[in-house]
Amino acid sequence: MATNEENIPSYQDLDFYKSQRRLALANCGFIDPESIEDYIASDGYQALSKVLTEMKPQEVIDEVKESGLRGRGGGGFPTGMKWQFAYDASGDKKYIICNADEGDPGAFMDRGLLEGDPHSILEGMIIGGYAIGADEGYIYIRAEYPLAIKRLEKAITAAEEKGLLGEDIFGSGFNFKLQIKAGAGAFVCGEETGLMASIEGERGMPTPRPPFPANKGLWDKPSNINNVETFANIPIIIREGAASFKELGTEDSSGTKVFALTGMIENTGLAEVEMGTTMREIIFGIGGGIQDDKEFKAVQIGGPSGGCLPDEKLDLPIDYDSLIEAGAMMGSGGLVVMDENSCMVDVARFFLNFVQSESCGKCTPCREGTRRMLEILNRITQGEGEEEDLELLRTLAESVKKLSLCGLGKTAPNPVLSTLRYFEDEYEAHIKNDECPGGVCQNLLPGYIIDYEKCIGCTYCIDACPIDVVDGRLEEIHEINEEDCNACGACEPECPVDAIIQKNYIEHFPQYRHLLEEDEEEVEA
Amino acid sequence: MKLTINGEKLEATEGQTILEVAQENGIDIPNLCYSPELKPEGACRMCVVDIEGVADPVTACTTEVSAGMVVETETPSLKKMRKVLVELMLANHDVECLTCDKAGDCKLQDYAYRYSVKKVRFEGEKTEFKGIKDDNPFFIRDNRKCILCYKCVNLCKQVQGEASINLENRGFDTRVTTAFDLPLEEINCQFCGLCVNECPTGALMEKSALRKARNWELKKGSTICPYCGVGCELELNIDENDQIVKVTTNSDNVNRGQTCVKGKFGLDFVNSEERLTKPLIKEEGRFREASWEEALDKVADNFGRIRDEFGGDATAALSSAKCTNEENYLMQKFMRAVMGTNSVDHCARL
Repeated sequence: MATNEENIPSYQDLDFYKSQRRLALANCGFIDPESIEDYIASDGYQALSKVLTEMKPQEVIDEVKESGLRGRGGGGFPTGMKWQFAYDASGDKKYIICNADEGDPGAFMDRGLLEGDPHSILEGMIIGGYAIGADEGYIYIRAEYPLAIKRLEKAITAAEEKGLLGEDIFGSGFNFKLQIKAGAGAFVCGEETGLMASIEGERGMPTPRPPFPANKGLWDKPSNINNVETFANIPIIIREGAASFKELGTEDSSGTKVFALTGMIENTGLAEVEMGTTMREIIFGIGGGIQDDKEFKAVQIGGPSGGCLPDEKLDLPIDYDSLIEAGAMMGSGGLVVMDENSCMVDVARFFLNFVQSESCGKCTPCREGTRRMLEILNRITQGEGEEEDLELLRTLAESVKKLSLCGLGKTAPNPVLSTLRYFEDEYEAHIKNDECPGGVCQNLLPGYIIDYEKCIGCTYCIDACPIDVVDGRLEEIHEINEEDCNACGACEPECPVDAIIQKNYIEHFPQYRHLLEEDEEEVEA
Repeated sequence: MKLTINGEKLEATEGQTILEVAQENGIDIPNLCYSPELKPEGACRMCVVDIEGVADPVTACTTEVSAGMVVETETPSLKKMRKVLVELMLANHDVECLTCDKAGDCKLQDYAYRYSVKKVRFEGEKTEFKGIKDDNPFFIRDNRKCILCYKCVNLCKQVQGEASINLENRGFDTRVTTAFDLPLEEINCQFCGLCVNECPTGALMEKSALRKARNWELKKGSTICPYCGVGCELELNIDENDQIVKVTTNSDNVNRGQTCVKGKFGLDFVNSEERLTKPLIKEEGRFREASWEEALDKVADNFGRIRDEFGGDATAALSSAKCTNEENYLMQKFMRAVMGTNSVDHCARL
């Protein structure tokens, strides 16, 4: 008999973990996130001690610059350079802010980090504060993450008790305090200037840049905002050295990136891989491929600001620049995998519906343009699309992209533009042939009919129909009112004699010929 | 520093925005949310311009000039984008220009003409509003015509310092309103009318002017507000019957477009038939018309009689804030030097 050890594989041998390179997530799942001792025992706060006792602020910035770390929140701006701007800005009061307003549908990287290893974020922030000359920091976190907030609060208290936050940290004379600001759930507050307006108690609306936050940010003071994952990488860079960090990843995008793998995939969860890993490795290696052996259709990367990439782009090594070239973007790292039963027009519609309801309402193109784009997509998915709609959609998408005030609007058309680029045939199928190739859009699905030769009049389908469009009485042949049927398919599995057939099958199978003929006779009559 | 706009070499000072430099030099860049009195909002996006070497267009109202900058303000692609913007605004606008009292003085209408918007390609749903708000004696608020340039909100906060109005809801459902949707008379609105003056469309309109005349039929007359010594410059809008239908201002004035409620909404007395235009002398309990000479003689005689008979201290003078400083000075001088009393006072000393 085999022992347990043989039966239960080590986690490193699991497909899901085998090719991951866990750097930022290294502690997640291995330490008690509510214990500062656990964090310290895994080399925690060593980087902070090194920075405060051995390094000058400029040296810290140089180290981060050298590591090639780029913002993990989506834009991919070099972190070291951002810190340099804030460091160079004149002013005796500066702020450092952590953007934990993770709002992309299907993304939970920041949540994983905040809940699994809150101290690494704190350490990254204190180091950042020291580097730019800030003595105060804010963590802007969405209120929908109560556990993360609780653990952050606990972490801050523990760090204060240990003297890692507060006055004269490590006897260096450096003071730093941290506050948590819970956001009220507006997606646009993830945008830097909108986020700062929200902390100030204003309506969360982005403001034009310049002035950049590095010069005039929170309360008009020089401020620096980084994403959760960016901060989590800082202690690693300081501890292990910029050179070893730079060894990972590609030339222009060093290090690793955490992706939130979701959708129609076998293994879902957080996957941290080296930059430059191909999408195919992530989806078919770590993710274990598509559920139920279905065909892969597309992967949506980067959340509402990103785009959908088709099969032919799967061998692209992922980094910031390659993704933008392909019409998507890194975003915060959401990966939603879609199989053959997905409708790309409907996917574009879903994301557009999200951004248009999250638009702050300030600038005309985003406020009005995204609504008009959504209306066009609604039309197309309802089978009411016209051929001119694609041209209109393109015109609007280009205008919204070029004219919007902030990043939300500038990237809002990406899901539409990328699906138009790679899946235009699906749009055309909806418009020209009244067909939804993915079988998703209700109005375009072929309805059902009942084979009168088989029907035994059991009334099961009548009971199953949610909109009451099946007529008939017990032991009489039932009939579906074809005009009103919305093709939901609820009746089909209920029929004990398989008498309910999707209408488009009739012409393809000889056994249904009698139904077809009847149809034609009716037309002739 | 030197820069080039539309091929013209221009001089500018550091810190100026492209829009400011263009306006100084008579180059008209379309704008809806800009006001020289406000921090640039960058909301309407109409003032987008191309800068050589910069990939995407930038808003002229928020971008500061730099030496050697080469700017184009009316390229075919910019015109196309502005046309889309106007269409987007019109698609969510109550387009009733045929009967709208703002017609002829409406920036949205002007830009629709300028960029030949004949038909809006993006017709669809409109933001729902409960009709025109008529909650005060001076102006109406018609959110169906609001294009959300936020000038009213920003002027109220940044210039007037009241912040009576702000935004409600998000995205497509955003609208300008008061706290808890309370009527303006129940909140801190001072009815200065700055928002009404600056509204680029018919979303805020003076009640006195509704259904009176088309804007192009009105004669404009410049005057100084008669109410107080501040001396705000006003622009009277006069119809064919010589009636003042509304008072407007603009930011070139000494008062930079600002007035108080009296100047903006309180000049209707000028139209009154009961207005006193000749001096009246009361005799045996009844008034009769008199000439200025006769009236002034009577006043002078009686002042002199009182002073001679009872002494100057039997008189006192109270002057008005409607007078200028010079007039008030003359009043006290007259009382002290001619009447011989220090009993002078002023209505503003409360």
